[in-house]
Amino acid sequence: MLTFVAQRVVKGVIVLLAIVVLNFFLIRLAPGDPAVVMAGEAGASDQVFVKQLREKFGLDKPLPEQLFIYVKGVVSLDLGFSFRQQAPVAKLIGERLPATLLLTLTAFAISLMLGILFGTFAARFAGTFLDTAITVFALIFYAMPIFWVALMGILLFSVTFDWLPSFGYDTVGGNYTGLAHVVDVARHLVMPGMTLGLFFMATYTRMTRASMLEVKRLDFVKTARAKGLADSVIQRRHVLRNALLPVVTLAGVHSGTLIGGAVITETVFAWPGIGRLMYDALLQRDYNLLLGVFVICSAMVLIFNLITDLVYRLVDPRIEFAS
Amino acid sequence: MKQFWKSILKSPSGVIGLVILLLAISVAVFGPMLFPNSPWRMVQRPFLPPFTLSTVPLGTDALGRDVFAGMIFGARVSLLVGLVSTLVALVVGVPIGAMAGYFGGKVDDALMRFTEFFQTIPSFALAIVLVAILQPSIYSIVASIALVSWPPVARLVRGEVLSLRTREYVQAAVVTGQSNSWIILREILPNALSPVIVLASLMVATAILLESSLSFLGLGDPNLISWGYMVGAGRTVIRQAWWITVFPGVAILISVLGLNLIGEGLNDALNPRLSREGR
Repeated sequence: MLTFVAQRVVKGVIVLLAIVVLNFFLIRLAPGDPAVVMAGEAGASDQVFVKQLREKFGLDKPLPEQLFIYVKGVVSLDLGFSFRQQAPVAKLIGERLPATLLLTLTAFAISLMLGILFGTFAARFAGTFLDTAITVFALIFYAMPIFWVALMGILLFSVTFDWLPSFGYDTVGGNYTGLAHVVDVARHLVMPGMTLGLFFMATYTRMTRASMLEVKRLDFVKTARAKGLADSVIQRRHVLRNALLPVVTLAGVHSGTLIGGAVITETVFAWPGIGRLMYDALLQRDYNLLLGVFVICSAMVLIFNLITDLVYRLVDPRIEFAS
Repeated sequence: MKQFWKSILKSPSGVIGLVILLLAISVAVFGPMLFPNSPWRMVQRPFLPPFTLSTVPLGTDALGRDVFAGMIFGARVSLLVGLVSTLVALVVGVPIGAMAGYFGGKVDDALMRFTEFFQTIPSFALAIVLVAILQPSIYSIVASIALVSWPPVARLVRGEVLSLRTREYVQAAVVTGQSNSWIILREILPNALSPVIVLASLMVATAILLESSLSFLGLGDPNLISWGYMVGAGRTVIRQAWWITVFPGVAILISVLGLNLIGEGLNDALNPRLSREGR
């Protein structure tokens, strides 16, 4: 178990280093002098700062040396300085990270729970009207762009019915404390969480349905039935548990898409997370901040993948931990 | 091939998907000829609600531009970006997967590590960074989408090639002294084609979604109108004018849905075992 985790962590660190190297070359793809690019759009940077950057990153030195300086900086969590926001990139990201984690984990929980629930229903009543309805519903949500779902949510629940707030993390000037604050944030979280969750819910619904129907036909299910076990027990313990394996794998694969979806969702709902930060960096062409967020997003995906790998092994005892 | 078409036409989702796709393609190809209103020109007063004037059936946006014209011209961009970026992704992914599967060993290891690396990077975030750095244009958009979508192709093709490599007819070709490239191109790949076609149809759908998301964030080609751009532009005035965001979104939904249905239909046609699972 421990060696498995250690192996995966080492592998993750290598991938992360590769991403940092990729980042280094991406900055150099941008048109113009890398120092000016890192300082922000031309005009926003002053000469002294550009000169400082050039010295700090050794931009007059050969490329391998520049790469070494850059990687060393990132490893010591120095992601550079955002000239536009007048703050270190690492600090900006650190401030925004909790909001993104709250949003993505909520969306993930919603999508997984609803997806497995609907998928199970569809499989249980395969071929009936309920199955068709769930399948069509899932297909439609799967085809909707996240930003559009977000806007339609605002149109329906904020503009038309005025039930939910359409932007932000909490009520501006609300000054709620304690439980009232939690409720306030939760109310703000409903729409972003649902928007981001529904797209993935559609995928998990389809996957759970297909996977359950696949498992249902297997011999051990027949055996369980022959033993006279109650149908609900068979569905839960025999079919669902085995059918969840591909769903867990899929959840791991999707972590990157989840982060991408968070960028869009946070942008539409003005949710103060790193996705929104990425959008701001994009508008201001603040490449240093943009690439900093990109590295952190990649790190989050790697951590998430590691967790799903562990869960996969917990759900399926057949897989041994020593690889 | 005839059998192939026959079986798609048997699946209801395949038929609906095909009809939607044909409709979308004909709008993209012929629409701009039949409907010459430029999507960039002011044709009426701003914020004209839909269904009030027959010349501007879906109303106008904040600058008095025709929403319907925008949707028709936007179809071109969406479909073009979807198809071309998928083609580019196939051109990258198929050879990598084929080589990994055919040669095995170290080649396979190296190529698959490379593929996994690209699969780990959050794709949409990478696409944003790439388009922002290369400057938004139709070329940078196609390139970025292709770059983030080839890994599944490589993995799929590798798996297919791995299983086909040991077949007798391939062994026979090896014995007769055919070159590796001849065997891959003429013997193996044609037989690995059908799952790739299924994947490709789903990739076009994903590419359309990606393109619309990029344009929505303001990373679209500034010279081309697209559905994502229209939704993004209508976003700030959504309280006064719902139609500017609603209609282009419906267009995206319908075309992506159509492509997904085709993928589903093809899958049913090519994997008859799975399609029976409803019973």
